Amino acid sequence: MKERYDVVVIGAGPGGLAAAISAKKEGAESVLIIDRDKEPGGILNQCIHNGFGVEIFKEDLPGPAYAERFINEAESVGVEFLLDSMVLDITPSKKVYVTSKWFGFKEIEATSIILAMGARERTRAQIRIPGFRPVGVYTAGTAQRFVNIEGFMPGKRFVILGSGDIGMIMARRLTLEGAKVERVLEIMPHLTGLTRNYVQCLQDFNIPLQLSHTVNRILGKNRVEAIESVQVDEHFNPIKGTEEIIPADTLLLSVGLIPENELSKKVGVKIDPLIQGPFVDEEMQTSVPGIFAAGNVVHIFDLVDWVTDAGITAGKGAARYVKVVKEKGDFVKLVPGNNIHHIVPQYIKRDALINGPVKLMMRVVKPIEEKVWVEVSDGQNLITRKLERYVRPAEMVTLTIPQKAYDDVRKTKELIVSVERFGG
Amino acid sequence: METRKFTCLGCPVGCSLTVYIENGEVEKVEGNQCNIGIDFAKQEVKDPRRKVATTVKIKNGVHPLLPVYTDAPFPKNLIFKLMDELRKIEVDAPVKMDDIILENALGTGVNIRASRSIRKNE
Ligand SMILES: Cc1cc2nc3c(=O)[nH]c(=O)nc-3n(C[C@H](O)[C@H](O)[C@H](O)COP(=O)(O)OP(=O)(O)OC[C@H]3O[C@@H](n4cnc5c(N)ncnc54)[C@H](O)[C@@H]3O)c2cc1C
Ligand code: SF4
Repeated sequence: MKERYDVVVIGAGPGGLAAAISAKKEGAESVLIIDRDKEPGGILNQCIHNGFGVEIFKEDLPGPAYAERFINEAESVGVEFLLDSMVLDITPSKKVYVTSKWFGFKEIEATSIILAMGARERTRAQIRIPGFRPVGVYTAGTAQRFVNIEGFMPGKRFVILGSGDIGMIMARRLTLEGAKVERVLEIMPHLTGLTRNYVQCLQDFNIPLQLSHTVNRILGKNRVEAIESVQVDEHFNPIKGTEEIIPADTLLLSVGLIPENELSKKVGVKIDPLIQGPFVDEEMQTSVPGIFAAGNVVHIFDLVDWVTDAGITAGKGAARYVKVVKEKGDFVKLVPGNNIHHIVPQYIKRDALINGPVKLMMRVVKPIEEKVWVEVSDGQNLITRKLERYVRPAEMVTLTIPQKAYDDVRKTKELIVSVERFGG
Repeated sequence: METRKFTCLGCPVGCSLTVYIENGEVEKVEGNQCNIGIDFAKQEVKDPRRKVATTVKIKNGVHPLLPVYTDAPFPKNLIFKLMDELRKIEVDAPVKMDDIILENALGTGVNIRASRSIRKNE
């Protein structure tokens, strides 16, 4: 692993994989994907059911197969992976702080960063079900991981709250594994997942769905013993007298996903409160230049194929950003210093003085009605200066960098132009 | 003429199909957005089938389970029987994506394949 990468992608789900592959294909020389999991693929590794890739591959693939195609492609185009490693923090200057039990703590420098941390599930704290906190309450995704990857059944008799796709898919999965799913409760008066999942996950297995119903109470002190359901009116208030006790040992919550944006917030990326994801432009660039976003971190996508599409866009954007920064790398930046409003040109070629002196044009911020120096320095050493009898914002100031400054200019990253007192 | 309503499971669009049946034969399908919907309706009337995805045990792999899928729709009434069959299977790592785990499952002509590769645990 290197210390610096053109592009660092955080998260190796379908969004991050697509972004990394496209950044590499579009010309980024070094691309690294970091994931806290031991394997790339993100949430797809636990989504073992079919239904992925119909748009992109014109095939109906299980989640792990969809992921594997992209993992293989990423490897073949030369994307590097850093797994079992968690990103703790990133900075606007594109430093990435990573920790892992293998190497402890590490700082990696990037030219561009792509946020692809996915989404997390809403939990009980966010929906406030009264009652004790007995064992046997899980999010549907956690149960999915237990059953499909770790090979462990979290219960025998289930009630599922929420008719989202993950909940319905788990209802079928648990039934196939020999458990009894007593009921799916949905607080809305309509299904929140796809009709096809209602048909092939609930109807096919005679699992009852009750709309306009929710969990009123969880019974059981140490372990869930039963769920009390209740019907709700159009304002989602419980209707007295409709309570029903459903014996069950496990309650699964399938009540939606929220984009995972802790890192984004810390680095100062502006978040749209409506969708809980960053504001992005058509290249999927966030409000922090050079930081892009891909996948469910932006908003919750319906289809993984669309996650892939948006990831490709973000990867292209990052590669383009890297190219611009690199080209500027052969330039020297002109930085407005004391009392300078702006300078044209903003950049000069590093070896521009070979061809002759370079003329700068600038405006000052405030008028000074006495003699002043207009100085060009590399931040430490004076390179050239010019005496002006006064400076006024309305009157453009010009200054020429002489050819003899060639060596000084070649050595520096930036030139600072400022107005200084004559006496000084 | 008998009419039945289905949701087409051919793709995520999930068209609502109205199917007209005469003497057990599909006469007409309405509501489909493509021809897959017609095939689905005919199949659903004769012999409903579903894709099945589940797991089998795997030895010496980086995970204890290998996800598997039916490479074609499988007769709906045999799904639980298939689950019983797959519970008996234990494969050895390594496995490659699309490897056949069970050929011609229950004589249906449908194969059970690996959904992903799983490395051997070193
Ligand atoms: C439980 C669950 C089930 C789902 N089931 C389906 C489904 O059946 N069909 C469907 O189309 N969609 C499903 N989705 C939606 C699914 O999330 C998206 O379709 C798709 O996987 C999103 O891809 P992604 O790359 O944005 O995120 P993810 O696949 O979630 O990948 C994000 C990755 O980022 C990593 N990560 C996060 N933070 C850090 C950090 N700080 N440092 C290092 N790594 C980090 C995570 O480990 C993860 O690997 C499901 C989502 C969930 C949560
Ligand atoms: S009819 Fe065609 S478009 Fe409609 S759900 Fe079936 S496969 Fe999809």
